[in-house]
Amino acid sequence: VRAPGGGSGSDIEAAARLGVAAAVDAGVSDAEAWCEESVHREIRVYDGAVESLTDAGSHGVGLRVFLDGRSGYAYGTDLSDRGLAGLAQVAAAAASVSDPDEHAGLPETPGAAEVEGLCSPGLVDWDNGRRLELALEVERAARAHAGVSQVDEVVYADAQERVALANSRGFAGGYETTSAYAWASALAGEGADLMTGLGLGLARDPGALDPGAIGDEAADRAIGLAGARQPKGRRCPVLLDSFVAASFVGFIGAMLAADAVQRGRSLFAGREGEEIATEALRLADDGTARDGPASAPFDGEGSPRRRIPLIERGRLETYLFDALTARRAGRPGTASAVRSSYRSPPSVGTSNLTIEPGDRTVDELLLDAGDGLYVTDVAGLHSGVNPISGTFSVGASGRLIEDGELAAPVRELTIASDLVSMLRGVRAVGSEARWVPFGGSVHTAPVLIDEMTVSGA
Amino acid sequence: VSLVDHELARRVVERALVRGGDLAELYAEDRMTFGLGLEEGIVERPQAGAERGASVRVVSGDASYFGHVDGLEEAELVRVADSVARALRADARAPAALAAAAGGARHPVKTAPQEVEAARKAEMLHACDERARSGAPEVAQVIASYAESRRRVEIYNSDGTSAADDRTRVRLGVTVVARRNGIVETGHETRGGHGGFEIVAERPEEVAAEAARKALTMLDAREAPSGQMPVVVGNGFGGVLLHEAVGHGLEADHVQKRASVYAGRLGDELAPRFVTAYDDGSRRSEWGSDGVDDEGTPTQTTTVIEEGRLSSYLYDLVRARRDRVAPTGNGRRESFRHLPVPRMTNTFFAPGDATPAELIAGAAHGLYAVSFGGGQVEPATGDFVFGVAEGYLIEGGKVTSPVRGATLVGNGLEVLRGIDGIAGDLDIATGYCGKAGQRVPAGVGQPHVRIRALTVGGTAA
Repeated sequence: VRAPGGGSGSDIEAAARLGVAAAVDAGVSDAEAWCEESVHREIRVYDGAVESLTDAGSHGVGLRVFLDGRSGYAYGTDLSDRGLAGLAQVAAAAASVSDPDEHAGLPETPGAAEVEGLCSPGLVDWDNGRRLELALEVERAARAHAGVSQVDEVVYADAQERVALANSRGFAGGYETTSAYAWASALAGEGADLMTGLGLGLARDPGALDPGAIGDEAADRAIGLAGARQPKGRRCPVLLDSFVAASFVGFIGAMLAADAVQRGRSLFAGREGEEIATEALRLADDGTARDGPASAPFDGEGSPRRRIPLIERGRLETYLFDALTARRAGRPGTASAVRSSYRSPPSVGTSNLTIEPGDRTVDELLLDAGDGLYVTDVAGLHSGVNPISGTFSVGASGRLIEDGELAAPVRELTIASDLVSMLRGVRAVGSEARWVPFGGSVHTAPVLIDEMTVSGA
Repeated sequence: VSLVDHELARRVVERALVRGGDLAELYAEDRMTFGLGLEEGIVERPQAGAERGASVRVVSGDASYFGHVDGLEEAELVRVADSVARALRADARAPAALAAAAGGARHPVKTAPQEVEAARKAEMLHACDERARSGAPEVAQVIASYAESRRRVEIYNSDGTSAADDRTRVRLGVTVVARRNGIVETGHETRGGHGGFEIVAERPEEVAAEAARKALTMLDAREAPSGQMPVVVGNGFGGVLLHEAVGHGLEADHVQKRASVYAGRLGDELAPRFVTAYDDGSRRSEWGSDGVDDEGTPTQTTTVIEEGRLSSYLYDLVRARRDRVAPTGNGRRESFRHLPVPRMTNTFFAPGDATPAELIAGAAHGLYAVSFGGGQVEPATGDFVFGVAEGYLIEGGKVTSPVRGATLVGNGLEVLRGIDGIAGDLDIATGYCGKAGQRVPAGVGQPHVRIRALTVGGTAA
């Protein structure tokens, strides 16, 4: 796979190959080098002016080595020949500390998928002046709403990133991606009535962002919640908006990682092939989606990415496997090795989780809910969910639903259920799906759940 | 040996100001890390890191211009200074001469963790595994991790600041999963600090024993009730309550944008007279301590609540300048690739006169929240959420059954007003705090504290 755009892409490909060679020289039986290079900018604006402007580049390499079933990892920022040789020694020494695992090793069938559209040529046409103007437009849009009392954060960021991966079994590949996003936080109401709202958008380049819509979303969300009060506790239908649905979906995706399953840390252990959700729910992990923020030709250890159906018509189809967990299970992998950066070795995880949209608008879902709760924000998901039993109680805010319409805003409440009951309670998925960067990278519409426990006063 | 030669640092700062600016700064860092994990009795994922780099920041009015680079070679530092300067449009400013290097308080390192053989660290994890499993057939899984880091940082700025800090931290964490008749519970415990290997060298297996005790205790738990009730919060990690419910709202960036419920409240009586709270980044060997902050300001003890009155916000250089006050040593950053922002260091309530037993006896019927799994706050509203990791019912003034699935929701101002007792058993635990995409070590602590009424969201039907 050639890195589009060329430039110094070849430099990191060379560094990756040199890193592997250095490790082999250091006496390991197998080695893999993951090299990254990026240029990124971030602009924060406040009150019509620049608050901060970051324009920077960074690079790094991570070296994973195997020796007699033991694996070790070393990472650093020094890509020189000497730096890589030193790193190889450190990685080999680290490997000697670990206990052997007969399944550890490089993937058997490395390769790269054809993925279109990872890189937008439009990004290079943007200078910092245009970027700033976009950020200011987001802020102006949010402040233009009469109910907005403050816009405390507006952030625009973009990046060009190159990745090169090489291993001692002859795999060498690389790719380039571009990304751009903007978000804003608005406040509405004063004193005890004050509430916040978030608006965001993400794309491959700034030209595909809609600054007005991002500002409007932040404003609308804040205004919709201003004056919220603690509701009375009850059991009722709950409509999760896209942000909230994405947070839950991300959590569920993490529990489908084979590592968590094999080690008894997942509530989905032993449930493959079973009905775990209603027919309305179809979930996939798609590492090749054209507009997916986490899309790439190969995963974190060089297996070709593809679309993996996880829940089809309510049935749990498979877990997510990298090379290690696939070998442990004695089955083919799903190219689900992920890297958060060159600083950590690959581990099993999700790429782009996608919930198949349904055919109903938010208004129709509200009508279906009748009397219930529309949740627009959850907090404390990671401390509030027991990953093994799946029971949860998380903080939330949103709007009451009365007679199929949005009613009074509410806050300081918790919603409680367990993930299995929640999946079995999915009544409908909406039609208005979007990418949300919560819980990893998730594409989802609002999701209507039959019933949850709402605790308040 | 310094990371950047003084003369070179002076030139970089000078170049950064060629097109104006009120403050220019060079931040250089060299970071070495090592970590190791254990699961299913197997030591795995040994990881060693070595990173070096620098950033240049120019502050002009209310705007900060920032760039960073990997490596500390002269050509790289000059290039990033020039690149940052290009964003400005004014006339050159001359920097003040650099003062002699200041270091602030050092936190002793008896045994440099890099000098301890990796095999001993692996043995320590095995010892934790063994101890957690000993005599407890219900223990299904033990997950242990060890991490050490050494960060050397240097800060030079156009006000003449020249500061250096050498920060070594170690941390041991153990999570135990216990299983009985289909019920699964986890217990988590950590030990760590700003110091050397000595922090974990003494009886590390006690950390595992404590994690196991929590998991096994929770096996007998009932589903948590819901509703308003008195809550006694445990010492140590219970301090997450103060950190989330109050501390974030005192960070001056939120305050200056009026995106904090504590904005404009300095001097106001927000808590009863017996409540005092501190942020203290100079506290010896504590997890959230440093010699100087990431802008070269010496760390200090800041009284944030004094006898019930809000007495100070937490400042970095930029926000302190804007409020015309002295910085409080809270300008922190995750690495040279991040802009400093006001962050807590070690935040805790001062000890009071009560005993934990008195607090519990006075609660009649309520919840005893010994430790939290984590928490989150919206500083603008003060609304917070905590997951209770280890909790018990209080019935008739006595601690009775453990409860699972309890979540506390509330508001920072309400909590401060509602404190009706503080014990004398101050303890500080090790946490990581996330803000603006940056993760930094933060000490959270308190003695036992009782709150008159909080909303508990439980899972009981």
